[in-house]
Amino acid sequence: MDKGLISSEVERTSLPRFLAWLLPWVLILGCGIWAMKLCLGQGLFHTNMDNRFAFGLWIVLDLIIIALGAGAFFLGFLTYLMKQKEMREVLNTAVIVGFICYSGAIITLAVDIGQPIRFWYAYWHANVHSMLTEVTFCISIYLMVLAIEYIPIILRNRKLKQIPLFLVLEFNLHRIMFLFAGLGTFLSFFHQGSLGGMFGVLNGKPFAFREGFAIWPTTFFLFILSAIASGPSFIMLISMIVSKLSNKRLVSRDVLSRLGRISGILMSVYVIAKLIDTIAWIVVTAPSSGFDVAEFYRNEPFGTWVLFAELTIFGLLPATILLNRNRTRQTKWLVLGGFLTCFGIAFNRFVVTLQSQSVPVLSFDRFMIYWPTWQEWAIVGAVIAYGVILYSLSFRYLPLFPREKDLQAPRRND
Amino acid sequence: MVIDLDRCTGCGACMVACAVENNLPTPPVEAQDNRGLTWLRVYQCGNGRTFPDFKTVFIPVPCMQCDHAPCIHVCPVTAVDYDTETGIVGQIPERCMGCRYCMAACPYHARTFNWWDPVWPKGMEKSLNPDVSPRMRGTAEKCNFCHGRLHRAREKAASEGRRDLNPGEYIPACVEACPTRAIHFGDLQDSEDPVAKLSKSPHAFRLLESLRTFPKVFYLSRQDWVKDVGKSRLEMLRKDIYRDSESESNG
Repeated sequence: MDKGLISSEVERTSLPRFLAWLLPWVLILGCGIWAMKLCLGQGLFHTNMDNRFAFGLWIVLDLIIIALGAGAFFLGFLTYLMKQKEMREVLNTAVIVGFICYSGAIITLAVDIGQPIRFWYAYWHANVHSMLTEVTFCISIYLMVLAIEYIPIILRNRKLKQIPLFLVLEFNLHRIMFLFAGLGTFLSFFHQGSLGGMFGVLNGKPFAFREGFAIWPTTFFLFILSAIASGPSFIMLISMIVSKLSNKRLVSRDVLSRLGRISGILMSVYVIAKLIDTIAWIVVTAPSSGFDVAEFYRNEPFGTWVLFAELTIFGLLPATILLNRNRTRQTKWLVLGGFLTCFGIAFNRFVVTLQSQSVPVLSFDRFMIYWPTWQEWAIVGAVIAYGVILYSLSFRYLPLFPREKDLQAPRRND
Repeated sequence: MVIDLDRCTGCGACMVACAVENNLPTPPVEAQDNRGLTWLRVYQCGNGRTFPDFKTVFIPVPCMQCDHAPCIHVCPVTAVDYDTETGIVGQIPERCMGCRYCMAACPYHARTFNWWDPVWPKGMEKSLNPDVSPRMRGTAEKCNFCHGRLHRAREKAASEGRRDLNPGEYIPACVEACPTRAIHFGDLQDSEDPVAKLSKSPHAFRLLESLRTFPKVFYLSRQDWVKDVGKSRLEMLRKDIYRDSESESNG
């Protein structure tokens, strides 16, 4: 029925099967929309956030998906500015995943702020000293850049291509795309950093507070490094998952291995920087605020294992795996390294957001634990479902993988 | 502001006066401590020892009106500002978009969020303070040392042809309501003001001074262990206060 919309060069599953795949995601999305209605219509008392836990699951999700969405700007940077042409194989996926991540983050933020209709105050009454202002400006402008980068991919749809105006538009957009790639890199660089800076400037929260260069705390640079380390890994994992689900080779093994190695190199730099930062924090920053770092890890479940896991299991280990050229040639190692990298960045964002609020600062305060309500989980589920649905539709109806047809030739033993 | 902890009985009159003065709505029954709308909370702390050595203290904690306030530079919409004339950290609820970054930044938990639509018991809405606008759901708010009273006092002084306020002409509701006169309010920059003198007392201390937020709320106590309560945990550890109290309670 929808065959006319699918590119003639590729094969896709039957429509009933595709709809059956979408159905559970649509149900999750519906559940999340209901939860959004409750939170926006009645108030944030539907969440388990409180005056102590002002940031909850949604901010954790935002930080995670924005870091994972960094593949879009970083691969755009590699393709258009560093002329790494082979990255074109995954660039469309990176753009769509980036768009999904950023739009998903903005949807979540719209529910998370208490007065979503006043969102424009951030532009009108902007406080230039606030890291969140920089985040707001960069994310919203970058979402527009991603939308512009998404348009040429949509215009390559089989039916839309038949309209001459769209064909011309797509061609011309494609020619100037390097400009948007440059703009996206600039914007992303600052908002990825500012997301880290948001926590690093909290001089009242010694767990998060960091010294730094000029106005930027060290978390500014750590967040940029970790985001560009996880972005390629996430795109690699998405490509492999889609390949597995569709039972087709979509991206050449060389490109996947290369993505893994890029992640490995950047992850190594990140781990070294994080280690130096942690030592400086333990020896100088925290004691100068009147705190002993051991105090922050005195409370279960956030014991010293958190720091150990962050630095070794989710830092050193994936860096070691992905730096090894032989290992990146083997799928199991590539998947393990990529997964640990992405999970590690997610874990870091979780710790930065929640543990910094759990740890008591006043001596007579108590350690607190927060667990989200079903409404908070449902909205997280809805954002994930939105991403899966949008990507599934894009995969079915748009030419995402330029080498898909070539790679369907009989497999070599690689 | 100087709060004499040796005088505070923890009666909560300051909290009630604050709520009435500033039109704090009645939170729903489901509201737990951490979703309460009180601008001033009274903590009870013990010395960590068992009877008969047990001692307790009540610590009223309003907004500390820090000179280097962590909340000001994080707000993306300039809804928090610092009045250089009065030194009060002001909150503009009409501009707040509810991102709660200021709440995440405050180490004293002085800020509250309007989780619910404001509701008052039937009939009580007629007795709301006309000088203070009620805040709507989804905004952050906090103590502003009864800024409404300051405006009223300034208007009165202006109508009498005065530019300056007389001492005691403007005091927050909590100061006025305290039955034991434990809370003192005045001008910290005027060296002749009794409050400025109290703040320089050897018994005066501030909460979490090591964070260098420079609060304008001072506490007074002649008991060393009470002074230690105001310090950070590391400082308490250095002085073996935790270790003592832990070994006492374990023993």
